[in-house]
Formats: sequence, structure tokens, C-alpha cells
Amino acid sequence: MNKVYAINGPVVKVKNATEFTIMEMVYVGKDRLLGEVISISEDFTVIQVYESTVGLKPGEEIIATGEPISVTLGPGILTNIFDGIQRPLNKIYEKEGSFIKAGTTVPALNQEKEWEVTFKVKKGDHVEFGQEFAYVEETSLIKHKLLVPNNISGEVKTVKSDGKYKIEDVIVKVEDKYGNLHELTMVQRWPIKKPRPIKDRLPLSIPLVTGQRVIDTLFPIAKGGTAGVPGGFGTGKTMMQHQIAKWCDADIIVYIGCGERGNEMTQTLDEFSELIDPKSNKPLIERTVLIANTSNMPVAAREASIYTGITIAEYYRDMGYHVAVMADSTSRWAEALREISGRLEEMPAEEGFPAYLPSRIAQFYERAGYTQTLNNNNGSVSIIGAISPQGADFSEPVTQNTKRFVRCFWALDKELAYARHYAAINWNLSYSEYINDLSKWYNKQVGVEFLDARQKFIKLLAEENKLMEIVKLIGKDVLPDYQKLTLEIARVIRVGYLQQNAFHKEDTFVPLDKQLKMMNLILYLQKEAKRVLKEGKAFSLLLKTNIFDKVIKVKYDIPNDQLVLFDNYYKMIDEALHAIK
Amino acid sequence: MDLQYIGLKEINGPLIFLENVKGISFEEMVEIKLDNGQTRHGRVVEINGDLVAILVFEGTHNLSLRNTTIKFSGHAMKIGMSENVLGRVFNGLGEPIDNLGHVFVSKYLDINGSALNPVARVYPRNYINTGVSSIDGLTTLIRGQKLPIFSGSGMPHNDLAVQIVQQAKLSDEKDEKFAIVFAAMGVTNDVANYFKKSFEEAGVLDKVAMYLNLADDPIIERILTPRCALTAAEYLAYEKDIHVLVVMTDMTAYCEALREFSSSKGEIPGRKGYPGYLYSDLASLFERAGIIKDSDGSVTQIPILSMPNDDITHPIPDLTGYITEGQIVLDRELHQKGIYPPIGVLPSLSRLMKDGIGSGYTRDDHQSLMNQLFASYARVMDARSLASVIGEDELSIVDKKYMNFGKYFEEYFISQGHKSRTITETLDLGWKLLSILPKQELDRTDEMILERFYDKEEAINYFNIKDKTIIKELKKEDN
Repeated sequence: MNKVYAINGPVVKVKNATEFTIMEMVYVGKDRLLGEVISISEDFTVIQVYESTVGLKPGEEIIATGEPISVTLGPGILTNIFDGIQRPLNKIYEKEGSFIKAGTTVPALNQEKEWEVTFKVKKGDHVEFGQEFAYVEETSLIKHKLLVPNNISGEVKTVKSDGKYKIEDVIVKVEDKYGNLHELTMVQRWPIKKPRPIKDRLPLSIPLVTGQRVIDTLFPIAKGGTAGVPGGFGTGKTMMQHQIAKWCDADIIVYIGCGERGNEMTQTLDEFSELIDPKSNKPLIERTVLIANTSNMPVAAREASIYTGITIAEYYRDMGYHVAVMADSTSRWAEALREISGRLEEMPAEEGFPAYLPSRIAQFYERAGYTQTLNNNNGSVSIIGAISPQGADFSEPVTQNTKRFVRCFWALDKELAYARHYAAINWNLSYSEYINDLSKWYNKQVGVEFLDARQKFIKLLAEENKLMEIVKLIGKDVLPDYQKLTLEIARVIRVGYLQQNAFHKEDTFVPLDKQLKMMNLILYLQKEAKRVLKEGKAFSLLLKTNIFDKVIKVKYDIPNDQLVLFDNYYKMIDEALHAIK
Repeated sequence: MDLQYIGLKEINGPLIFLENVKGISFEEMVEIKLDNGQTRHGRVVEINGDLVAILVFEGTHNLSLRNTTIKFSGHAMKIGMSENVLGRVFNGLGEPIDNLGHVFVSKYLDINGSALNPVARVYPRNYINTGVSSIDGLTTLIRGQKLPIFSGSGMPHNDLAVQIVQQAKLSDEKDEKFAIVFAAMGVTNDVANYFKKSFEEAGVLDKVAMYLNLADDPIIERILTPRCALTAAEYLAYEKDIHVLVVMTDMTAYCEALREFSSSKGEIPGRKGYPGYLYSDLASLFERAGIIKDSDGSVTQIPILSMPNDDITHPIPDLTGYITEGQIVLDRELHQKGIYPPIGVLPSLSRLMKDGIGSGYTRDDHQSLMNQLFASYARVMDARSLASVIGEDELSIVDKKYMNFGKYFEEYFISQGHKSRTITETLDLGWKLLSILPKQELDRTDEMILERFYDKEEAINYFNIKDKTIIKELKKEDN
């Protein structure tokens, strides 16, 4: 029998044990705490425990399971809320009350519920690993395709008839070429630290449309792409993750609350259950799964939560869905790595983080991608990871290492947040490397003017940035009129376009065609105002017309479904400018 | 099976080490008896085979390798709880120090608590009317929230905390019960007495449970002080349906105690020598605020921390800000101007306010007003930094108006002294201030709300603006 020898926080050591394998899942002690083997030597096997070790004694038994830490994949994942090691928090609440106790075991998915299964194979068919053999309507939005698991392929020997089954029922039997019979149920297990296989990676060419103007227009992310969102506290990281999770055009949302606030997760749960998806008119929760490992839950499970989330995302991708993963916050995950590394007395690299931090970050973000799945569907996993840099200093290791592996960088800015300019994405520090990959799509789907207008916006903002340097030194009044106009148009862009009100009915989500119309209107205003200045009229007269502020309020005043109203604004601009004497 | 062990293997800082120990569990409580009859307490912090490290709360002075007897209790640290803790004073270990004898105990609770299941939480929505405009109007405190005060030495954070406690109308309905749990960590006797006196003046002393670990008390006890206090708060809130306000001061002293403990354990330090798990450790305290479905009570936390050197990027305020739901930041410049409470509204934030204000909670225009005040006051800062370069006279007319607005905003809105304002007073005052600015500058509010609240005449009367040029300037953009 293997016994606990040493205990230090979540790290437990076993002496003289040789039969464990690395990354094996183990049960520790009489409470059967879940743990994972992280290092083995002749003298000691080191285990990190995913639950609180308070009360654990040396000499208690450790049971090996023979499999790595895995998640249970099957119908019932969506609309659910799990902790970092996929225990359903609803069921734990029913079973144990308000507080989570160590050693709680509850099956991840509901084993009693009967699902209506429709089969796609018949007796005698040949099936391959990853092929869809049946489906169930998991929610009214999502058809859950049951895929042949774990490298099984062969001939279908028996198939149940369409009807209601529980997830653990054997519904199909497959005989492989060696004559072994495999029993398929609706669930399969998959190790969380191993990426699920795909046929091929495809180039990224379609944007993940978020309805957030600053993202879709200036710094778009591709489906299958990765984005890092660093920002000090209070700059709106979580708010932004929520906005994207609510409005982006992915089929499935995996929201990982990693080491964050409990109240926030409750809010997400409440809000997503109430909110209606504008495209399908169904509650958003029907396409969402929440992984909640709040900051006061055990730290090792925080490390696991990221992998649990991404594995679930890959599973839905394999069904041919576009999945968006929100990881809030990856810094807490990195800190969990640091904490465990410290307890293992490993040699630290930068700021106490372990030397393998960059490779872990890379492994995580590389699980994103636009792929051809094993069953020849196209699916994608996009990852949007929030980063909480210490002291809002972007030179710290997590931000820097994330920057190396993501292609979108949305830097949140404290100054903008202080002025309540949300989304507080700083347009000078942020970038997206996807714009070239996506240009074809924008040209075809939105219109060729879109990227053109975008470029003009970027130029104007850069000019403003330069002019502001001067203004900071000598004030605005000494600038010539045409530069004052540039500043004013830049203000219209900042306040009327980039700034977006998440609490406003019309403004919280803006479709791309309205984004384009808004840009065109602002650029038209610039063009006409320039012309008026050229005619020798003073800029102060232009300001008096109030037309700039009218254009700023277009975002509220024109509803998303009445874009014809834009025509009135062109007239309004013409009239206002003509009236200047 | 009370096993006793005589003698130690090693003493190092607050830690003692024992050899050949069997059958003890991680984080178990121990009792240490000295030859001279003293009793101290400790906790198992590491087990390595039969070698055990024990953290002694009261310190290891006078301990030698020979003069001690150690007794293991067989369980993690628990304290006795009942409603009778209200009106009492305890030390950092939860032992009464007010000479009123033992507290009648109805339940023993683990001071570390357990993680609250997010599913069991109720999302906090009811605001607490603190009577302080900068808080009610701009960083609204919500019942069940954790909202720290970031301060610095010499600033009136204690006054503000007391004012909040005194003015907070914790119960909208009369029959709702409320209580205050006060945890002092490393503060001076004077500060503790100040709080005690203030609670007395407010007539709530019988509703306060005080946990005191003062500046000259053992530092390791400090690590347990907030845990004892929060255990009491959770018990009162979740088992007795009481609305509990927890005031914890000073979190910086707590973190320093944690650092001392960590370094004596020989752990690898993180930033500024604080342990790498400082975030998790603070989270295990702050996350104990909230409301749960199964009870009518709530735990609201107001931790106070003094920022070393007024540096908000220091690890303690930084990590705190990442855990808490916003922060109230005190500003030294305002303090020096004689403004009380000196709340720097721009870096202050309440994350939960968005769902706890507006119609049905405060008033429908609250959100718009708040956004506009923040945006306009941020512009004031720009104008001021420009003025410091080119001089105030050279500013444009609009910038001058902002300077004016900034002055009134600080003098009337932020600076309110010790009197309490209702939420209506606060909101109306906000609109009067915005009315000093030209209407087209108010780009965060929509037309309809402006129509209702924008009133120049009233602003001129209210602020008693006599200066003819200013009045003329104010009225000019009306056409």
C-alpha cells in the first residue's frame, strides 16, 4: 500500500513508490482527495492535490487509478457549471449545501437523464475514430453529435433503435479488425492535458464577429485565433470577456473563471440564463458551459480548470462547431503554476515563475485553431485569455510570454478606464495580426470600403496622438483650424465610435453593416467639414452647429435594425454646414 | 488519545520542529506547555515523514529544546460561536479579552471556512446608503460586496470607515438585523480605541464583535485574526440571518505578518519578498463576503489597507484590487487641500454598482450621471495638467469651464464633511454640477435625461455664482 509521507499545502509526497506514472490521477487519503502525479524519483513520488489537504495525515492510503486526469465528455455539458476538475457545482450544492467540502464526489454528467438519441449508423457499417454515429438534441440550440471515441474503428455489430437512453447505456457495439468488441455509450473520457486529434489545420480566414466596434473594426480576431487581453484591475477585462461571450458569433462558449471572484461567476450564470441570443431567440446559456474555479478554491484545481475548459472546447469543435473559449484570468493560472512550483522547491526563473511558464502558455494557446476534424467537418477553437499583470505593468512575465504566442493583443488602459471610456482598449498599444488573413472576408461580406475606412480611422487616431503631444505643451488654441478639425473628428471617433456602452440596448452589440455605415458617416463629416474650412470659414463656426455631437450620438439614436435612418444624417450634415455663413 | 511530546528538535523564528511524531494531521492545532506554566498555541504547517513543523502563534521567545511539552488536539483550528459574540472583545485567536468570561458556545467552526459554491451565491444587488456622496453616487457599496479603502499613512481612512458604519442604513426594513465585525491587525491601541468609542457613540456597541491583534501583539496571531473575525461574520450572516458589515484594518500589517511567516518557513519569495501565494491567501479572506441562497443575512467587507508609499502598484493593493469588487482610493492631494473625505474618485470603482443602481434601486438617471461625472472630471485632470504647463490664463474657454467645474465638484460633491446625504441629494447635486458645463460637452448622457436634469439657472443659484463674466459665459451657449 502506498502511504502519504510528507504534506506541504497541496503537495503530497509518497516514499519508495514505483508503480505510479506521470500525470496519473490518484485518490489521496481517507477522504479520497483527487490528485495528480507530477514527478517521480526512486525515493519520492510527488502528487499535487486538487482539494484542501487540511486534516490529511501521514500514513493515509494513496490509490492509483491508472488513467491521467480526464474529463467526461457527453450530453449534459452545456448549460452546466463545473469546478476546475469538472465536478458539477449544482449537484454539489444539492448534495452538500452552500460550501464545498473536500473529497466530494459527484459524477460530472447527469446519469439519470434520458436523452432522445437518433442514430446515424446501421449494423454492418464501417465506423472510424471521430465519426458521428448518433446525435441528441442537447439544448434547443445545439445538436450534440456522438463521436466514435478513443481510436476505435471497425464494423458496427449492434445498434439500438432510436429512442430514449441514459448516457451510460451501451447503444452501439463495434468490432475492430482484431475481433475485439467495443461498447459505445454516449460518454467518453479524454485526458485534459492532451490535445484531441484533428485531421488538418486550416488557414484562418473568417473573423469571430463580436459586435464590439473597437475589436471588429480595429483589432479583429479570426475564428480559430488567439487574443490576449491584459489590463490592471478595474480596466474591464471581465466585462469585455462577458460582452464577447454574449454577442460573438461562435456556436459554443466555454467560459473559464480561473481564480476569479465568486460573485462574478454567479452573475455570469444569472445573466446568461436570462439573456436571449438575438440570432436564435434562445437563452444564451444554451450554448454556454461555465468552468468556475474561484480564487478561494484549491489552487491545483485552478491549474486544471484551464485544461478542462479547453478539452471541452475541442470536443465540441470535433462536432463541427465554432467554439470560443474565454479564460479569465490566465495570470491566476500562471500563479497557480508558480505556487506549486514553489512548493516543489523548483529553481524559479523570472519573478518566481517556473522556467517552464512560456512552454505551458504556448501549449495552451496552440490548442486554438481552425481545423478540419476527423469526420471532415470544419470547426474552430478561438481563445481569448485575460491577463492580470502585476501593477498593470505589461513587462511582467505572463504578459510578455503571452504576447509571443497570441496574434491579437488588446491592451486595456487605466487612463481610459478612469474616464469610463469602455471598452478601454488602447488603440496605440493594441494590434491584430489577423487583418491580412481576414481582408478577403471583409471585402466580400461587408464591402470593400470597410478596410479602407478602417485604415483612415487608424491614420486619424495616429495623427491625433501626435497632435496631442503638442496640445499638452501649448494648448489647443494655437493650432491651425485644419488641425483642430482633425482633433474634433478624432474625438468623434473616440467617443462616438470606439467607446461603446455595454448597458445600452442598441449599443451593446453592433452588427458589421452598422459599423461600416457609422464609419462612412464620420468620414463624410470630415470630408465636408474640410471643404467648409477650405472655403475660409472659421472652425469655431463649425463647432457651433453641434453636428459633431449629433454624429457622436448616432450609436444610440439609430437602432440596429433601422439603418435607413443614416440617410437623414447625411442631410443633416449638409444642412448644418450649408447654414454656416 | 491526547498524545504528548516532550522536547523539540529545532526552533527557527516562529517555527518549531518535532521529530518522531505519529498520527498528526495537516493544519492540526497544537498546545505548547512551557515549564513555567505558560500555554501557547500553534498549528502544523508542514509534515515530512515523522518530522513536523509547527507555527507558534504567540512567538517562540523563552522556548528551548527541553522545556516544552506539546499536545496535539486532533483537529484543525476551530473557534466556538454563538450570537453572544456580539458586544464582546476578543484577541486574534478568538479568546475573550474583555474580562467578561467565556462566551457561551453553540457551535464550533473551522476558522479557515470552506469555499462558497458559486451556485449557492445570490448576486448582490441591494445598495447600502452610506450617506457619502462620492461613494453612493460614484462607487456605490452593495450589500454582500467587498470594497476596500486604499489609503496611506496619515490619511483619514479610519474616520471614513467609522462614518460609513455610522451612516450606513444597513436595514431598509426595520426588522432586518445587522451587526458589525471588527478585525484590527497590527494597528495601534489608539486606533482600536477610536473605533470602539465610535461604535459606542453610534449606539451599536452591543452589535459589534471585535477581534483585536494590536501592533504589539504576536505577529503570527495576526494571520488568524481576520479568519476568526470572518468565521464569526459567516456564522452570524448565514446561520442567524444577520446583515454583517466587516471592517478589517490594516490589511498591510496582515500581509507583512504573512511575509514574515513565509520567510521563516524558508519559502521562495515572490515580488517584494511576499510569498507567491499571497493572492490565494488574500482571496481566501475576501471571498468570504457575499450572500447565499439559504439565508437572509449577508457579509459585506470593508477592508482598509495603507498603501506603502502611496503606491497603488505595490503587491498588496495590487493583488487586493484583483480580488475585491472595486476599491475606494483616498487621495493625498485632496487631503492636503483640506477636503474630507478625500476620495480620489477616478481610480475608485465599484464593480457591483452597475446592477444595484438605477430605477428600482436608486434612481433611473444614476448610471448616466455617474458616467458623465467620471468623464467630465477626467477632462478636468487633462485641463489641469495643461494649465500647469501653459498657465491657467492661456487655457481655452472650454478648458476654463472644466477647471471651474473641477473646483466646484471637489468643494461641493467630494468635500461633504461628516454630514450624511440621501441618495436623492447626491444625485441632484451631481446634475447641478454638470449644469455648469456646456450642454454639448455632456456626451455620455442621452438627450432625454439631459432635458430633465440640466438646469443652468439652478446651478448658478445653488453655487451662488456672483462673478458676472462666469454667468455670462455660462449663459452664452444657450442659443
